[in-house]
Amino acid sequence: MKVRAQIAMVLNLDKCIGCHTCSITCKNVWTNREGVEYAWFNNVETKPGIGYPKDWENQERWKGGWIRKKNGKIQPRQGAKWRILSKIFANPHLPEIDDFYEPYTFDYEWLQAAPELQAQPTARPRSLVTGETMNKIEWSGNWEDMLGGEFEKRSHDSNFNGVEKEIYGQFEKTFMMYLPRLCEHCLNPTCLASCPSGAIYKRAEDGIVLIDQEKCRGWRMCVSGCPYKKIYYNWSTGKSEKCIFCYPRIEVGQPTVCSETCVGRIRYLGVVLYDADKIEAAASVEDPKDLYPAQLGVFLDPNDVAVQEAARAEGITDQWLEAATRSPVYKMAVEWKIAFPLHPEYRTLPMVWYVPPLSPIQSAAEAGKISAQDGMPDVRSLRIPLKYLANLLTAGDEEPIAAALERMLAMRSYMRAKSVEGRIDESIPERVGLTRARIEEMYKVMALAAYEDRYVIPTARREFDEDAYVLRGSSGFGFGDPTQGANKVNLFGGAKRSPNKPNMKVST
Amino acid sequence: MNDFINQLAFGWYPYLAVTVLVVGSIFRFDANQFGWRSQSSQFLRKRQMVIGSNMFHMGILVLLMGHFVGLLTPINVFDALGVSHSFKQTTALVVGGIAGVVAYIGCTLLLHRRLFDSRIRKSSSWGDILVLVLLWTQLTLGILTTFWTIEHLDGSEMVKFMSWANGILTLDPAAPQRLSEVALVYKLHIILGLTLFLITPFTRLVHIWSAPIGFLIRPGYQIVRSRRVGRERSPTHGPAGIAPSYGGDTVMRTALDEGRAT
Repeated sequence: MKVRAQIAMVLNLDKCIGCHTCSITCKNVWTNREGVEYAWFNNVETKPGIGYPKDWENQERWKGGWIRKKNGKIQPRQGAKWRILSKIFANPHLPEIDDFYEPYTFDYEWLQAAPELQAQPTARPRSLVTGETMNKIEWSGNWEDMLGGEFEKRSHDSNFNGVEKEIYGQFEKTFMMYLPRLCEHCLNPTCLASCPSGAIYKRAEDGIVLIDQEKCRGWRMCVSGCPYKKIYYNWSTGKSEKCIFCYPRIEVGQPTVCSETCVGRIRYLGVVLYDADKIEAAASVEDPKDLYPAQLGVFLDPNDVAVQEAARAEGITDQWLEAATRSPVYKMAVEWKIAFPLHPEYRTLPMVWYVPPLSPIQSAAEAGKISAQDGMPDVRSLRIPLKYLANLLTAGDEEPIAAALERMLAMRSYMRAKSVEGRIDESIPERVGLTRARIEEMYKVMALAAYEDRYVIPTARREFDEDAYVLRGSSGFGFGDPTQGANKVNLFGGAKRSPNKPNMKVST
Repeated sequence: MNDFINQLAFGWYPYLAVTVLVVGSIFRFDANQFGWRSQSSQFLRKRQMVIGSNMFHMGILVLLMGHFVGLLTPINVFDALGVSHSFKQTTALVVGGIAGVVAYIGCTLLLHRRLFDSRIRKSSSWGDILVLVLLWTQLTLGILTTFWTIEHLDGSEMVKFMSWANGILTLDPAAPQRLSEVALVYKLHIILGLTLFLITPFTRLVHIWSAPIGFLIRPGYQIVRSRRVGRERSPTHGPAGIAPSYGGDTVMRTALDEGRAT
């Protein structure tokens, strides 16, 4: 047993209102720079839809994630190491910037500077890559917001496999949900495995996956390797970038920016202890449907004394162990089993998990016919097809999703009975395999969702690892590519020339 | 005068170019690895890139290997192995010719998109364009030399280049004279080749040094970094070899004054 700790995240999709505050605050903090204008470390997709970048879930096309070979070993879907190296001159699976979108701003200056004209002056879009005027904006980071566009395009969503999607093209059958996405900080990341330079690494202390900008040589294999398409190639610096899980905040015990600013209080952060020795076996199980339970098997019970002992031997501090016992992520994923990994079939063992959303029952006319006990409708009659959620979260296995939805419905009817009718109905938690205490804890964490219940983040103990005194006066990591001397000319070539025109300098 | 130019171009310039290549690359790697990258533009435009880049790189790799082996191997080695000069010359001509044409087509495609695709052009530095133009010119010159080479299939010209390259490597002062009689196109090809060495540390060409062969021998797939592993902490917590740093200069001075530190 090799115990490691990770700060993992759970997103309660049942409460996501799709406001994009997480995306915007993340953008303003991390990707408001040349070269990554198109990049959203955190984005919110409306599902069903093909997403951002287009069609990212179609791994036949992008070759992200892992495949299990006949001999039971796994290798990146884009190929073993020599295959990856053979694609180094031109990566056939690399998305183009247009698969995300061509970043743009508008010619705002013209609105003020225009002389007297016969027609009203307009702010035309300008490409942030070329600086040229664009005729038409064809696509953007969130083009399908609120089911924008026609169903025909949205229906290419890979999660429709096994769902009779024609039915859901009809207006009265339409369903919708939001899916905020960020880097999954996987236990078995394919981006990392595909990096020829060895620049990507996972941090042992908190599990955050980072790209060493000094070691990255821009071979771009990580972009196609990541099945979630959450690695972004910075066309200006020629290096890849990704979500850093706001590690400077996490290290001092603060939640990530996306979590901190979430108005729906849907995000949870907490410590998960895992056994690093079990990762390979868990990622290699034969049936994709077993990947979700296999990943649960990698997680360790923080209340187990043997685990705590092994963790201390690995240098995990008591502060972290204490936080692990209070971790909302561990509770939701392991104890209550209401949170699930996103696309476990990619075999990356992702560490950002999702609570599936409830939805209204399928149609008002049928409402009376639906079997309902204590106001609990059958989860199979919910408007979002169970199969769709299962394709998203459990590699198609509907049972765990149904159980989770039932537990969430049970929590509602239990609390309704308690607070409206003033009675404690012990039979409700029993029916879904919970206890009264547990369902009340679920209510506290999921419905009330106080700040300190959502974020249980122990601080990093850098004083053990590093002498901060010798770091005094250092400027930290800069993307400005500074010169070494007073001369503004960089002998060794800096970032690429800025195509921006002065009138494009608007805060994005 | 001609002797002087000959000495300058083939006697002194090679040492300058190689020195700048090596020292410059080391200095750049040491000073600024953030700027050390291949700077691929595939992400901005895939068109022409997949064919162009593959053809160019594969061709140029064969050419590079061929030139290094062909020029730097001592002539005696070939003689000892029983490889006749005319056989070596013909092989070099055929293999180099094919690789040259492949690289030339690739380079032309890459140069075309770099100059005429607005996305690539606008995001290119002067260095990016210069490198491609020089490489394209160099490939043109290289292919042109084949017309002269065909007239010397006995390998007599080739031997001049080999003995020159060997001579440069062994610090032989007579080396430049061996090239005084060869055709101009060869001379231009050599000078431009050395110039490419010279500019390498200052351009994206440095990515050649980073060819990720080590990936093949990397154990397993995953990499984990820990701040704790392999870090022996000194009792005073400072980095090894440097004076204890807790408290800074003032505390250190006080400690010295009071005889607590040495």
